[in-house]
Order: sequence, then structure tokens, then C-alpha cells
Amino acid sequence: MSPELGFGVAAAVLVALMAISVLRMAIGPTVADRAVALDTVNTLVVTTMVLLGAATGLVVLVDVAIVYALLSFVGMLYIARYLEGGLK
Amino acid sequence: MWTTTAALALALYLLLVMWSGDIVLWALDELIVGAVLAAAVGGVAGALLWERGGWRMLQPHRWFLLIAYVVGPLFFAMARANLDVAWRVITGRIRPGIVRFDPALRTELGRTLLANSITLTPGTLTVDVNDNTGVFYVHWINVTNEKPSPEEVCGELPVWARRIAE
Amino acid sequence: MTVLVYVLLGVGVVFNALGAIALIRFPDVYTRIHGATKCTTFGSVFSIAAVVVHGFLRGGPEGGTLAVHALIALVFLLLTNPTGSHALARGAYRSGVKPFRAVIDQIERDKR
Repeated sequence: MSPELGFGVAAAVLVALMAISVLRMAIGPTVADRAVALDTVNTLVVTTMVLLGAATGLVVLVDVAIVYALLSFVGMLYIARYLEGGLK
Repeated sequence: MWTTTAALALALYLLLVMWSGDIVLWALDELIVGAVLAAAVGGVAGALLWERGGWRMLQPHRWFLLIAYVVGPLFFAMARANLDVAWRVITGRIRPGIVRFDPALRTELGRTLLANSITLTPGTLTVDVNDNTGVFYVHWINVTNEKPSPEEVCGELPVWARRIAE
Repeated sequence: MTVLVYVLLGVGVVFNALGAIALIRFPDVYTRIHGATKCTTFGSVFSIAAVVVHGFLRGGPEGGTLAVHALIALVFLLLTNPTGSHALARGAYRSGVKPFRAVIDQIERDKR
């Protein structure tokens, strides 16, 4: 088994974990629960993209992961601000 | 001020486009684009980032301390706390609560560094920091003492935050 | 050396799995942040470290680019994730979510 295949298998497992997190996003009782689940999915997406970049040899995917990490961070700050009750 | 910001932005850009050409490691057009972008970033962000006179972090020994801190004590604390929380995930044995302690850090950078370190180690989570007094409110997954000292919650981390940022 | 890549990858996937399980298993927002966000961050450290080692082992411009870019992604993840989860915890507290079965709530006590 080559390392590339190993990275692909790990990425597949992480996609399954994302499905579990989406389950929490669906049932989570409060908005904050859903936001935490979204944050977890974001982290998993970044890791999956880096792993897929290594599996396919496309470095572009890793660059996309960097941009995705920064954008999801800004998005989480917006959601947290909204939870807090807006700008005062 | 803005030249320092531009230099840092250029260094980060050069790291990102390493191995693009044959002038040492970079291509000519990447160098030109990097210089233009770094000048733009320095012009826009230079006045914002240095508002509070944070020249202290430009001393190189603080950078080495920061790197040593991340790969040494912080990584060790993360590993130990992760194993602890992993055990709690499996057994479900938790005793949560929000506790208060005062690490006695004066600068904003030190507080930010400590709050981020505390949040990064599982089991402790910074919920709020009082901007005026520097008191930390931390959600702790296993409360052993309702009025803890900083050492009980996060061990050596405040000492290192003080060493790096103050 | 390839064994090292597999070991790092395995540890990373295990911690990521623990994070996802914690998200389902823990009772309230704060404990879920403990489990989910931190365990996935720690798992990502190991998963991306595997990619970095793999990139350096492959060598040359392509492997080097892969390793350095993965390292930058890791640094951004480590910088942004605690800030994001702290903001979420504070937002959750101010929106009125009380910690479940808390033995002590010092913020509530200080407000009085």
C-alpha cells in the first residue's frame, strides 16, 4: 500500500466523521450546538483537503485548504458575534 | 511602522511561493508581485497593527522562546490533556464548572497568548477575560477546586506567557 | 520512514474520531467544544504532520511545496481554532446557555 492510498483512506474516514458531526448539527438543541458542529466540520474539511492534496499530488488543494481555514474562521467569528446579540 | 509590516508580509509571501523559479528559489514575477502586495499590506495594516506600540515582539529571542514554547510545554500539555479528555469521552465521567483565576498578566498580547493556549488544551476553555483586571473565567471539565490557583488549571503556561510577551 | 507517516496518520484519525464521538456524547455546548474542537485540532496536527513528513520524503520542488504549504495550513489552523472556539463559548454564554450540571458558575456568582 503506497502512502498516497493511505492518505486517501484517511480522507474517506474523515468524511464519515463529518457525517456524524452533521448529525449533531441536525439534532443540536440550541444554535450554539449547531455552530460548534459547523466548526468541527470546518476543521475536518481543512484536514481532508490537505490529505487529498497529498493523495492526488495536487498542491492546489492545500492552497484551497489555507483559504478555507481563514474564511471559516471569519465566518465563525460572525456567528459568535450574532449569538452574543449583535454589535453594541 | 509600515515597513516592518511590509517586511513581515513579504517574508510570509516568499515562504508561500517557495520553489517557483530559479532566482535562488523564486521566479522574477513572483518577487515583483510579492513586493507590490507587501507594500499594499503594509500601507493598509501598518497603522492598525502597531496601535499599542507592540515593538517588544520584534526582539528575536522572543520568537525563539515562542517556538520553543509551542513545540515543548504547549505540545506536551496538549498531548496529556487530549489523552485525559479522550478517556472522559469514553467513560463519560465529567464534573464541569466555570472557575475564576488571576494569572497576573499585564499586556494584551500576554493575555491573548495565555487565553489561546488554555483554549487549545482540551479540558479548559476560556469563556471570558476581564479587560480591565485581567481575570480569566475558564470552563473546566473536571473541577477539583472551586477557587483554584493558575497552576492548578493550566500548570506552567502563565509562566511561559509572561516570559514570551512581557 | 514510511512507517512514521502511517503512525502519524493513524494517531490523527483516531483523535479526529474521538472529537466526532465527543460531539455526539457530551451533554452541553461547553463540554462539546472541549471534545470536538480541541480533539479535531489535535488530530489535524498529526494528520497534517503526516503530510509534511511525506512531502519532505518525496523531496524536490513538488514535495517541498506540499510540505511547506501543509505546514502553513497547520499554523493557520492552530492560530484560528482556539480564537474561534473561545468566541463561540463567549457567544453561547451571553446568549443565555447555562453550563449543564455545573458544580460552580463563577461568572453568575460575580454578577450578583
